[in-house]
Amino acid sequence: MSAAPWTIAGIHAALQAKKISAREIASGFYAEIDRRNPELNAYLTLSHERAYSQADRVDAAIARGDKLPPLAGVPIAVKDVISTSGIRTTCGSKILESYIPPYDATAVTRLENAGAVILGKTNCDEFAMGSSNENSAYGPVRNPVALDRVPGGSSGGSAAAVAAGLAVVALGTDTGGSIRQPAACCGIPGLMPTYGRVSRYGLIAFASSLDRIGPFAGNIADTAAVVAVIAGHDENDSTSAAASVPHYDVQIEGPIQGLRIGVPEEYFGEGIDSEVKEKVLAAIALMEKLGCRRIPLKMPHTEYAIATYYIIATAEASSNLARYDGVRFGLRVPGATLLEMYRKTRERGFGSEVKRRIMLGTYVLSSGYYDAYYLRAQKVRSLLARDFSDAFQKVDAILAPTSPTPAFKLGEKTSDPLQMYLADIYTVTGSLAGIPGISIPCGKTKAQLPVGLQILGPHFSESRILQLARAFEKAGGFGI
Amino acid sequence: MTISRDDVLRVAELAHLELTPDEAEMYRGQLDEILNYVGKLQQLDLTNVEPMTQMSFATGETTSPLPESNQEAGTPLRDDIVRPCTVADAVLSQAPDAIKPFFRVPKVIER
Repeated sequence: MSAAPWTIAGIHAALQAKKISAREIASGFYAEIDRRNPELNAYLTLSHERAYSQADRVDAAIARGDKLPPLAGVPIAVKDVISTSGIRTTCGSKILESYIPPYDATAVTRLENAGAVILGKTNCDEFAMGSSNENSAYGPVRNPVALDRVPGGSSGGSAAAVAAGLAVVALGTDTGGSIRQPAACCGIPGLMPTYGRVSRYGLIAFASSLDRIGPFAGNIADTAAVVAVIAGHDENDSTSAAASVPHYDVQIEGPIQGLRIGVPEEYFGEGIDSEVKEKVLAAIALMEKLGCRRIPLKMPHTEYAIATYYIIATAEASSNLARYDGVRFGLRVPGATLLEMYRKTRERGFGSEVKRRIMLGTYVLSSGYYDAYYLRAQKVRSLLARDFSDAFQKVDAILAPTSPTPAFKLGEKTSDPLQMYLADIYTVTGSLAGIPGISIPCGKTKAQLPVGLQILGPHFSESRILQLARAFEKAGGFGI
Repeated sequence: MTISRDDVLRVAELAHLELTPDEAEMYRGQLDEILNYVGKLQQLDLTNVEPMTQMSFATGETTSPLPESNQEAGTPLRDDIVRPCTVADAVLSQAPDAIKPFFRVPKVIER
């Protein structure tokens, strides 16, 4: 079996026609993982037993002639910051090396209820902190498109797994760009839904006001099918929205003629790679050809977004990661006193980027600095959100590059944390504003590296974003 | 210089992290560079700007960052009903050192 060309619709048809069983599909993917993963390092843990028992349930349903749920037999990878009952969940950290969650994240439960087969857990930057996957305690992931390059981060394993055909779809998480940027680097679609659209229950927290779960897939129809399953209110997450979930998978074919697309000049300034700029401008021209109206925008606070993001995200992280103290779960390094045990456990368990962010967050929240950094950042966050709400008075969606450069080389930015942070310059804005965004492929550079086009829309506008993405895909835009 | 070596050590203590002398110096330099960069927020006049303190959004197509209550924002509160919670064994099974129903830690109170 060749794993690469499977789509959700293709699996559904093949299962219905009894050309292949769900178990055979799963074992085909595991064979491909065994062959490719030693090189890519996309998966950290494989869940054979759970996958095969789910596949057997799907096969039994087919044998009975039951109507199949939307993701029946679809092999899926789950980022290792999302809890899976009975399956090790490390967050890419030594501090959770042997942690086995006692419950499933709501997104995982919903996927399995829809028939999906969870193949395993994917590598990521430690606690989702990074833009290259090089901060994983379990080694970096290689980009399947160019093995000497990073897959992006922090959901690098999920993006690489889908791009390499080691899963049909995957769950990632996006806090400052961690779905969209690796999607761009690996040349596949990746969607960050509106804050509150998908329950965070069971997502191990990095920055709670920013963290979101969303899908990677090989095409827009599959992206829509996954978000349609995982979205919706969950009483276990008080920030999840009650709004009903549209039939995203059906709505993607909706018309885009006449939509006003905003192009903010701040996203094309200093620091953007010239080939990235050229491809994104070509993509915008194609959208115009498809009937959209291009409107130039100014979003004046964009240049403050990285500073705002790294204050707020690290402040929240310093609080969220206080729970790793060796008492209740995860690593414990013995100490003579309770405090010594805390310090030794955290010293040994956390990697250097996590320590750096915990210290930065602790500093910006500490007495004497709170007003100057944290409170100020929260105010600028309001201004950034206002930039978007003002823009969405004039336009229906915003088009921009996902990342200023294509995938960079392994090791290229590891010695300079600030340069790594600047890789998120076009993605942190949407994160801070709580709006949805998708990255879709828009061609390749001369060196054959994928470029990502970002589409951002107002809160709860996933349908429209997906329609634009689908029209672009249908018009051949992915290979522009 | 925005942050001193003493500041770094104080922050590490607050965050329950132990640093070697080399690490303290490395982090001092890196945090200094990052704090200088984020210091650009001082350029903005933020008079009369409210901080964005919660993330709940009205459904529909408008972008109002801070609705009055979470009910309006479409994040309803659930009924306050007491329900059994039977996860203690599963939770304790992940503890590094537990004696049911307790987590065991080094002695805290000397007498």
